Amino acid sequence: MNSPHPGNPPAGPAPHGATPQHAPPWGVVRRRLIPCLDVDQGRVVKGVRFNALRDAGDPVEVGRRYAAAGADELFFLDISASHQARKTMLHVVERLAEEVFIPLSVGGGVATVDDIRATLRAGADKVAINSAAVADPTLIERAAQCFGNQCIVVAIDARARGDGGWEIFTHGGRRPTGLDAVAWAQRAVQLGAGELLVTSMDRDGTRTGFDVALLRAVRSVVDCPIVASGGVGELGHLLEGLKEGGADAVLAASIFHFGEYSIPEAKAFLARHGIVVRL
Amino acid sequence: MERADSVHQGDVVIAIVDYGMGNLHSIAKAMAHVAPGETIRLTGEPAVLAEARRLVLPGVGAMGEAMAELSRRGLDVALRQLIPQRPTLGVCLGMQLLFEYSSEHGGAAGLGLLAGKLRRFATPGLAVPHMGWNDVQPKHGEHPLWQGMEQGALFYFVHSYFLEASAPAVAALSAHGTPFGSAVLQNNIFAVQFHPEKSGPAGLRLLQNFVQWQPAPS
Repeated sequence: MNSPHPGNPPAGPAPHGATPQHAPPWGVVRRRLIPCLDVDQGRVVKGVRFNALRDAGDPVEVGRRYAAAGADELFFLDISASHQARKTMLHVVERLAEEVFIPLSVGGGVATVDDIRATLRAGADKVAINSAAVADPTLIERAAQCFGNQCIVVAIDARARGDGGWEIFTHGGRRPTGLDAVAWAQRAVQLGAGELLVTSMDRDGTRTGFDVALLRAVRSVVDCPIVASGGVGELGHLLEGLKEGGADAVLAASIFHFGEYSIPEAKAFLARHGIVVRL
Repeated sequence: MERADSVHQGDVVIAIVDYGMGNLHSIAKAMAHVAPGETIRLTGEPAVLAEARRLVLPGVGAMGEAMAELSRRGLDVALRQLIPQRPTLGVCLGMQLLFEYSSEHGGAAGLGLLAGKLRRFATPGLAVPHMGWNDVQPKHGEHPLWQGMEQGALFYFVHSYFLEASAPAVAALSAHGTPFGSAVLQNNIFAVQFHPEKSGPAGLRLLQNFVQWQPAPS
């Protein structure tokens, strides 16, 4: 950055008379690629493999590798249920925050403002809430007032209803709520969600791609960033979520964990297809 | 790194202003990473801030509530007095607080140490908050604060209100639909809208540059 780099801001002339010379365009927020790690009792589960390297399952080690590979953020989903395991997760977050200097999101079992506070104090930047927010929507409002909208992610697990709409499910997709997913998304943002993590429970784990219609329906009612999740099996799915679904970020687990694709490969693919990413 | 509630010895070299809002821990950990061996304290005590050689004013959330918290703790008066006297780094809301006014929630006054106003992004089709990695173009890239940074380095932003690009202290520009001030520099005050503590190696370098920065006496 010793000399101003050229660029073309989308509105008005480029600063200081710089002329546009290369893609990507200057001053465009990059679409984000977010690896998701399931953590149980302080260990990464499902297994993660970086090329020939086998990982020991230490979330800090895995997080460091993904950050070095160019991940834009990291998402850690705590799938353990016990109170004791939550403390273990907080220790993991503390260690991560000492070594990994990109945004860290943590979700799974977050039930109260105190849980959110403890997770942020440990070093998380964003906390995702799901079942507890559905049970008591004022949690979103209280959390946003305490910590600011930008660190409150509302995770939405939705299933297609068969009438063209989607229903919210909680407790890991097991419990129907009768709530309309699009209406809930809108309400969550009005209450103070700074970002929505939208997961299609129909697609999660199927490797058949995002539910693009769901993403578009949510996109049409909220102006906050949307993270698409659930169903990625190939790089083309990431592109669909961003381009057709209008998501600001895409979350994926297995395609990265098993070494099928690296983060740089995924970003290069997206860039070739006209998506502005951080390379 | 030492916390305000821990026993400490020696000089407080870097004090991170704790006024009960947002996530101060990320910035504390990043400062500890770039300044190993330095005493770093999170504190809301005006007396401890007064001892510090450098101040960091972080923050996320709403300007009006942040100012209310600062004044409830007597920190508004302390900061107006202390900030002009030592190298200070403002981050995100901590940058915005240095200014006169934000249109947030019907209007809120800041500390008023720098001239300029903030307003909300309102470009149709662009997400608010502005969240993610984006370009930062320094006006004076040769300044010590920007040294050692890769050309085209990106920084991580999360904010809904932005500083008008025409504010006199603006030292770097970014854009999200509209150009805005993403860094400001005036005498011993340096402040950034983005989060250097979350911007990977470029962000850490910027923090390291701040720790080593010796502004000319004003």
